[in-house]
Amino acid sequence: MEIDVCPPEQRQPNMSIEGFHADYLKVFYGKLFPHADIFKWMSYGNDGKHPACDQSYFGRREFSFTLDNDIYIRFQSFSNATEMENAIKEKCPFKIDLGAVYSVDPPKRHAYAGNNVFTPVERELVFDIDMSDYDDVRHCCSGADVCSDCWPLMTAAIKVMDTALRDDFGFSHILWVFSGRRGVHCWVCDGRARRLSDEQRSAVADYFRVYKGHENGLKKVSFVGPALHPFLVRSYNDVLKSFFEEDMLPSQSLLANEARYQKILDLIPDESTTSEIRDKWNSNRRSSISKEDVNIARWEQLKHALQSSKQKGLRRCVEEIVFSYTYPRLDIEVSKRMNHLLKAPFCVHPKTGRVCVPIDPRRCDEFDPGKVPTLSELLGELNDMDRVRADSSSGLPAEEWERTSLGKYIRFFRSSFLQPLLKSCKEELEGSYSAKLRQSKDSLGW
Amino acid sequence: MEIVRSNRKSTAAAADSVPALSLYRSAPSLEVRLEEFELYAIDRLRVLKGISDGLSRGKKPDEMEKLVSELWRVNMRHQDANEVMNKDIISHFVLRLVYCRTEDLRKWFLSMETTLFRYRFRLEGSESQRALMTDFNLPYKPLSHAEYEGVKEELSQVARSIGLPHNADSMFFKVHFEEVPELVATRKVFIQKGYAYVAMNQVASLVVTQFRSHLSKALVLTNRKWMSSIRDQEKDRLTPIVEAMSSSYLGPDYSQPKESTEISLKDIDQVANSSFPLCMRHLFEKLRETHHLKHGGRMQLGLFLKGVGLSLDDALAFWRAEFSQNVGSERFDKEYAYSIRHNYGKEGKRTDYTPYSCQKIISSTPGTGDHHGCPYRNFSEENLRAALRRMGVGERPMEEVMERVRNRHYQLACTLTFEAVHGTSCDSGVNHPNQYLSLSQRAMQSKVRGSSCPLTISAVIGDPCVDLGPTHQPTSPSVG
Repeated sequence: MEIDVCPPEQRQPNMSIEGFHADYLKVFYGKLFPHADIFKWMSYGNDGKHPACDQSYFGRREFSFTLDNDIYIRFQSFSNATEMENAIKEKCPFKIDLGAVYSVDPPKRHAYAGNNVFTPVERELVFDIDMSDYDDVRHCCSGADVCSDCWPLMTAAIKVMDTALRDDFGFSHILWVFSGRRGVHCWVCDGRARRLSDEQRSAVADYFRVYKGHENGLKKVSFVGPALHPFLVRSYNDVLKSFFEEDMLPSQSLLANEARYQKILDLIPDESTTSEIRDKWNSNRRSSISKEDVNIARWEQLKHALQSSKQKGLRRCVEEIVFSYTYPRLDIEVSKRMNHLLKAPFCVHPKTGRVCVPIDPRRCDEFDPGKVPTLSELLGELNDMDRVRADSSSGLPAEEWERTSLGKYIRFFRSSFLQPLLKSCKEELEGSYSAKLRQSKDSLGW
Repeated sequence: MEIVRSNRKSTAAAADSVPALSLYRSAPSLEVRLEEFELYAIDRLRVLKGISDGLSRGKKPDEMEKLVSELWRVNMRHQDANEVMNKDIISHFVLRLVYCRTEDLRKWFLSMETTLFRYRFRLEGSESQRALMTDFNLPYKPLSHAEYEGVKEELSQVARSIGLPHNADSMFFKVHFEEVPELVATRKVFIQKGYAYVAMNQVASLVVTQFRSHLSKALVLTNRKWMSSIRDQEKDRLTPIVEAMSSSYLGPDYSQPKESTEISLKDIDQVANSSFPLCMRHLFEKLRETHHLKHGGRMQLGLFLKGVGLSLDDALAFWRAEFSQNVGSERFDKEYAYSIRHNYGKEGKRTDYTPYSCQKIISSTPGTGDHHGCPYRNFSEENLRAALRRMGVGERPMEEVMERVRNRHYQLACTLTFEAVHGTSCDSGVNHPNQYLSLSQRAMQSKVRGSSCPLTISAVIGDPCVDLGPTHQPTSPSVG
C-alpha cells in the first residue's frame, strides 16, 4: 500500500503528521513493529515446551493501550503472540504501556473477591529520566526541546546508572530505550529484579537518589561526612567530573556571565568566599580569553578557592556543585511501585513521530536523538523499497523492517538484549525445575 | 492458640539458656487463664502506647532506647523468672488478635512492635545478638578473610561516609541486597554484584527487617483466621475482650478521687486558674461568664469536678449559684439538680459516671452554643493563641504547641502547654483532664516545698503518686 508521503528530498525532519497518524500507524504496526520480539521478551522463556514453562505467564501481563482521542484502556491481556499482534494491528494504539505480571489475568481481576488476590507478582525494575527535570541547569533549551548541547546529560545519566546496576546490584539484562522526545527509560529484566517487592525497588531507587529537588533553600545536593559512598566516588571520578568540566561547562557556558555563574555561587554556603570570587570575575570581564576558555578557567579558580579553604562547610562543595548539575535526576515514583505502567519500546512518540528505539549503553556517546528514525521517514523508506521491488523483478520476500533504518535497532535489541536474556531465562527455568525434582525425590525417601 | 510445631521458646528450661528475645514465630501451646489473657495484653499495650507516644514526640534513638527499656521493665515483669518470657509471648499473640482486624490497626501494631523489637535487640550485647541471629536462621554469611581483604578499602569508605568508626576487627556479613533495603536506600552499606556488606553494628537492621516482614505477613493470616473462625467461636469469651481492647483508655478513671486532690468551693477559682487544663478552664470561664452551660458542657465539666473531689453537696451548691443567676433557683432545682445527682450515681440506675478521658473529649462534636470538646481541636488558631496567652504560655512554646495542633496531636499540644505553664517537663503526657490537674497540683506543691518531685513512669499507668502527707493547700495565689 502506497501512502502519500513527501519524497525523501522534500521531507523535513520534524514534520507534523497529525491527521494521517492513524493510517501511518496502521502500516507501522503492520510491517515494522517487532511483535514477535516483544512477545518473546514478555514471555521470559515461558512460551517454550519445557515442563517448567508457565503457560499462564504471558496472559497475566498487563498491557495498556492509549487510543486516538485519549481513550485509555487498562488491564488488557493476551494469551499468545497472535492475539497480541492482532489486537495491536486492529486498535492501532497511539501508545502501548507495559504493566506488571499479575497473580491472575488482568481482565479477570473482578472475578476474584477479597483483598490480596489480584496483585502484581513480577515487574521489571524500571527507571525514567526526563530532560525537562534538568531545565534549571540547561540554558540551550527548555521544556520539550532537546539538542546536542543538553542531550549529553542523558548520556552521563546512562553511564552512571548502567555501571551501578551492573557492578553494584549485579544485574545483567538491562535495556535502555529512548523515550521518543526528551528522555530515556531503563528496563532491568533479571529475574531478581522482576521479583523485587515495592519496598525493595523503593530502596534501589533511593540508593540512586542524590538530587533532592527543590527545597526551601537553594541547596539540592548535600554531602556531609568526611567521605563519600564508593558509588558516588566512582560516579564522580569515572563520569561526572570530566563530563562537567570538559563538556557541560563550555557547552552551557555555566560561568560565562553573571546571571549564569551566580547560580553556581548560590550553592556555596560561605559569603566571604563567594564575594571574593565574584569580585575577581567582575574585574576580569573584559578579558581577551575566548568564550570557551572562560568557563574552564573560572572553574579552576573556583575549585582552587573551595578546596584550599579552611572553612568547614566547603569541604565537599566542588562535588556538590558537579552533582547538582550532572547527576541523574530520576522520576522516583516510576521506580517505586510494581503497578506503575511504562511505555513499551518501539512505540512511536505522537508529538515527534520518532520511534522509541533502544540505546546501546556502551556506545551512548554516539546516540543522537535527532537522528532517530521517524514514522514518516520509515514509511517513505518502505515506499521506496516497494518501488524498487516493483521495478526489479527479484521476488525475494525479505522482512521489510530489516532494510529500513529501524533494522539496526531491532537487530541490536535481539542480539544485545533479547537473546542473552532468553538464554538466561531458559537456564533459570530448567535449573529451578530440576531442583524441585530433586527435592521431591529426596522427600520421598524414608 | 494454635498447636506449635517447635516449642523452643515457649517454656524456659533455665532462664539463661533461653534467648531473651522472641521472634514470635509460632503461637505457644500454653494454657492461659482468661484474666491473664487480658492483663498481660494490657500491660504490653501500655508499653506499645508508651512507644507510640515517644515516637510522636520525636525522641531520638538513645532516648527511645532508654524509654523502651524502662517501659519494658515496669510493665512486663513477673515474679516468676520463667513467666517473664511467657508473658512476653502470650501478650504479643493476644495483641495480634486485637490488632489484626483492620488495615490501620495492623499498621500501628506492626510499627510499634517493630520499634519495640529494634530497641530490645539493640539493648542486647553483641555476643547475645550473634546468638540470636543464629537462632533466627537469618540468611547472612560472615566474610572470609580473603573476601574482606578484597573490599576493605570500600568498607572503610562507607564507614567514614556515615560517620562511624571502622574497626579492622569488626565482623562483616555478606547478604543479598534485597535483605537490607533500609541500608541500601540510605547508602549505608557497600554493595557489589548484588551483595551488601553489612557491619556487625548494622545487623540490627537485618534482623528488624526480617522481624517486620514476618509479622506483617502473620498479621494478615491472623486476620483471616479471626474473620473465618475465631471471632465466632469465641463470641462469648475472648471476642468481647479483644474488641474492646484496641480503643481502651489505659489510665485511672478518676472515679474515686484521692484525698490529696480534693478541693473545696472556696478554692475553686484559684485552682481553675492555675491547674485546670484548657478544656475545663474554658468551660469554667464560660460558666462564670454566662451562668449557663449546655448539656455537653455540664457533663464534661461536672464529671471533671467530681473527679477532682468536689462533693455532691458542694457540686449542687456550685451549679446552683451559677445557674440561678441565669434561670433562677427554682428552675435549677426542677430541671438541673436531678442530672447532677444522676452524675454522682444518686439517681436512676445509680451508675457512678466516670470523668471523660482526653480520647473521649477529643472525639466529641460540640455544636453551636456548646463549649465542650477539646479546644486544641475546635478553636480557631486565633482564639487558641489568645486563650493560651491568658494561661501564660510564652511565644516560643506557643509555636511548638501550634505545630502539634496542626499535626492533630492535640494531647501533645496540651502536654506542651502544661510544660510551658508550670515550667516542668511532663514525661507521661496528658491523657486525662484529671491527670493534668493532679500533675499540676503536684508540680506546684513541690515548688512550694522547694524541691522537685520527679515524675516517674508510674504516672503513665496511674499508680498513686508519692504520698505527700496531709493535704497541703497553697496559701498564696497560684505559682504559674
